[in-house]
Amino acid sequence: MTELPSVAVQEGGGLRRQALAATGQVIGRSVGRLVGFAMGLVDRPMKAIQRAIGAKRMPYVFLLPNFVFFGLFVFLPIAINVVFSVTGGTALFPSQRPFAGLDQYAYLFDCGSFLDPNSCREDHFWRGVANTAKFVVFQVTAMVLLSLLTAVILNMKIRGRGFFRAVYFFPVLLSPVVVALIWKWILQRDGLLNAAITTFGGQKILFFVDPGWAMFWAVFVSIWAHMGLYTLILLAGLQAIPSDLYEAAQMDATPRWRVFRRITLPLLWPNMIVVIVLSLIKGVQTFDEVFVLTGGGPGTATLMVVQYIYETAFSNQVQNFGLAAAASVVLGIVLFVLTLLQLAVTRQKER
Amino acid sequence: MKRFGVPLLFALMAGSAICSPVHAQTTLRMAWYSDGNEGEVLADLLKRFEEQNKDIKVILDQVPYKAINENLPVQLASGQGPDMARVVDLGGISRYTLDLTPYLKDTGYWNQNFGPFLQWMRPADDSKSIPGFMTQLTVTGPFVNKTLFEQAGVAMPGVRATWEDWAKATKDVAAKVQAPFPIALDRSGHRFYAVALAEGAKIFGADGQPVVVDEGFKRAAQMIYGWHKSGVMSKELWGSVSGTAYRGANEEFKNAQVVMYLSGSWQTSQFDKTVGNAFDWVAVPNPCGPGGCTSMPGGAGLVAIKSTKYPKEVARVMDYLASEPVLSEFYSRTLFVPGHLGLAKKGVDYPSASPQAKAALKVFSTQASEVAPLAFALQGYVNSRIIFNAVISRLGQAISGETTLDEAYKRITADVDQQMAERAKK
Repeated sequence: MTELPSVAVQEGGGLRRQALAATGQVIGRSVGRLVGFAMGLVDRPMKAIQRAIGAKRMPYVFLLPNFVFFGLFVFLPIAINVVFSVTGGTALFPSQRPFAGLDQYAYLFDCGSFLDPNSCREDHFWRGVANTAKFVVFQVTAMVLLSLLTAVILNMKIRGRGFFRAVYFFPVLLSPVVVALIWKWILQRDGLLNAAITTFGGQKILFFVDPGWAMFWAVFVSIWAHMGLYTLILLAGLQAIPSDLYEAAQMDATPRWRVFRRITLPLLWPNMIVVIVLSLIKGVQTFDEVFVLTGGGPGTATLMVVQYIYETAFSNQVQNFGLAAAASVVLGIVLFVLTLLQLAVTRQKER
Repeated sequence: MKRFGVPLLFALMAGSAICSPVHAQTTLRMAWYSDGNEGEVLADLLKRFEEQNKDIKVILDQVPYKAINENLPVQLASGQGPDMARVVDLGGISRYTLDLTPYLKDTGYWNQNFGPFLQWMRPADDSKSIPGFMTQLTVTGPFVNKTLFEQAGVAMPGVRATWEDWAKATKDVAAKVQAPFPIALDRSGHRFYAVALAEGAKIFGADGQPVVVDEGFKRAAQMIYGWHKSGVMSKELWGSVSGTAYRGANEEFKNAQVVMYLSGSWQTSQFDKTVGNAFDWVAVPNPCGPGGCTSMPGGAGLVAIKSTKYPKEVARVMDYLASEPVLSEFYSRTLFVPGHLGLAKKGVDYPSASPQAKAALKVFSTQASEVAPLAFALQGYVNSRIIFNAVISRLGQAISGETTLDEAYKRITADVDQQMAERAKK
C-alpha cells in the first residue's frame, strides 16, 4: 500500500524530467537558429572587410570598438586634462583659458625641501602626497598580509567555511560612502566604540581629533571594506594549486612552514602580484571613504592627493582647474611608474 | 472608403490641434536648496502661480547646498544652467545672472525694497542691474541653552557683554553641568568674521583691496585659538576636518551638549522643530568687542540666469514671487528674517512659530537693522568666499596643532593673493 504512491511519484518525476528535457532541446534549437541567423548577418560584412584588408589585419577590426570606447572615455579625457594643466584662469572651456605653459607645475613643485611640506608654496599638495604615501605603505602591507592569512584559513577544511567566505566578502558590496558613514557612527564622540569603552570604565577617545588615530582608522576602515575582494583573488589562486604537490610534500614529511614557502607562495605569486598592484593603485587613488570618514582632518592629517585635487578644482570659490589638472597629471605619472615597476618585478620573477 | 480613411483621420487630428484652446506652455527650471521647509513652501507658491499662469510651468529642482556651491558654477560656465537659481555666493555667481530690468513690471518696487541687497548680486562694475531678490536675509548670532545656565546657577551675560564675558560664563556652566562644548562656532569663515569684526578687523585697505590679516583679525584668531587650548571650544568642529569643509554643531546643540552656539537666524525654524520642549533656548545679540557688536549679514537670493531662453517668462515668475503678499507669506511660513525693506519695516507675523522662536526672530530682526556697513561691504565683496575659505583652512591647521598662528597668517595672505590672481587671469 505504501509503495504505490512512491512509484507513482517516481513515474511522475520521470515524465516531468523527459518533458523538461524535450522543452530544453526545443529552446536550444530555437536559440541556436537565432544565433546562427545573427552570425550570418555579421558574417557577410566581416568577410567583405577581410577580403578588402586581408586576414592579417583582421585583429585590428575586432579591437576597433574597444579602442574607440577607450579613446572616448580614457585617452580623450587624459588629453583634455593635460591641456587644462598648461592653462590658467577660471574659464571652463580650454579655448577661453589663457596659456600658462608649465606655470602650474612650477607652482606645485616650488619647494624648499620636498620632505617638509611647510617649505612648499602649495603645501596642501605635498601634505596630501605625504599622507597618501603613509596611507599606501600601511594599508597595502596590512591588506596583502591579512588577505593572504584569511585566504589560507578559508582554504582549509573548517566548519562554516561558506559562511565565513560570505562574511569576508560582504563589505565589498557596500558603497564606500555607506562604509565610511557606518564607521563614523561607531567612532564618533557618542558612538558605539566610545560607549563600549566607557562601559568598561575607560575615558571617551576623540578619534577624529587625534592625527594618529584618524590615520589608523582611515587605514583600518579601508582594509575592512576591500579585504574581501583580495581574499577572493588569493583564494582562487590557492584552489588552483594542484593537490598532488601537497600530497608529495606530506609523504616527505615536509614541515608546514616550508610547504607554504616552497609550494604555496611561489605558485600563488601571480595572484599576489595582482593583489599588490590593484591595492597599490586603489590606495593611491583613495578618496571617498577617507573624505567621508575624517574629512581629511584633523588639520590635514588625512588629506589625500585626490581630495586635494577635488577641493582645488571644485570646492574653492575660485575653481582652479589648471592647478588641479597639473596635480592630476603628476598623480597619473606616479601611478603609471608604479604599474611599470610592478610589471617589471613580475617579469623578473617569471624568468 | 479605406483609401480616404487614414488621411481623413490625420486631417481631423490636425484640425483639432489647431482649434484646441490649450496654449503652448513654457517650461522653466529653478535650482533650489533648502535649510528648512522653504522648498516645500516655495512648491506651494509655484503651484499657485501656475494656476494663474497656465502658459508657464516651473520645475523645481531641489538640490543639496553643496551642489549649489560646487556644481552650479560649472554648469553655468558651460551655458547649461537652470533658468533661475537660489544661491548664496551672490558675488561669485553675479557674472552669470540676467538683468531683469527690461522685463519687470515695476522696477521702482524692486529698487525700493531690495535696493541694498541688489548690490550683492551685481558684478563689480555694475550699479544698476536687477538680477533677483533675497529669499532670506540672515544674520549671525548665538543660540544659548538657557536651561543649562539655570541648572548651573550662572547668570547669563547681558546685552552688550563681550566675547570674553561669554567665554567665561559658558565655561563655568559647562564645567558645572558636564557639557562638552561651552562655545561652538560653525566652521565657517562667514561666522568667524562675526567675531573678527567685533574685535576690530578692518578687512580692506585704503585702496579698497583686501588686507585680511590686521590687528583686529589677529585678536579674533588668537582668541579662538586660545579657546581651543583652554577648552572653551572643542577641536571637534574647527580642528577635526581639513580645508574648506563646513561643520556645524546642530546635532550637538539639539542634544544639549552646547552651552552657546554661534550660528545664525536660518537655524531658528530647525531648532524650533527639533528641540521642541526638551530645553529652553534663546537667541542673544552678537557679543561685543573693541570693534562693536555687529552681526555678519548674509542670506540666499533667487537670481535669474543669463543663459535662459525665456527672459520674459522668468521675469513673470520673479515678479510674482517677489511681490509683497507672496513674499510676506514665504517669510512667515519659513520663519525667515525678511530681505524686503518694506516688509522688514512693517514686520512679518510668524503664526506657526513657538514663543521662543518668535523671540529669537525678534532678536535677529533687530540685529539685521544694526549691521555695520563694513560687515555689509564684506558680504557683498565679490571675493568674500576666497577670504572665508582661506581663513577656515589655515586657522583649522593652527588649531589642530599642525602649524603656528603666525604661519597661518602668512598662508592666509598668500592663499588670498594666489586665488585672486588666478581669478584675474583672462
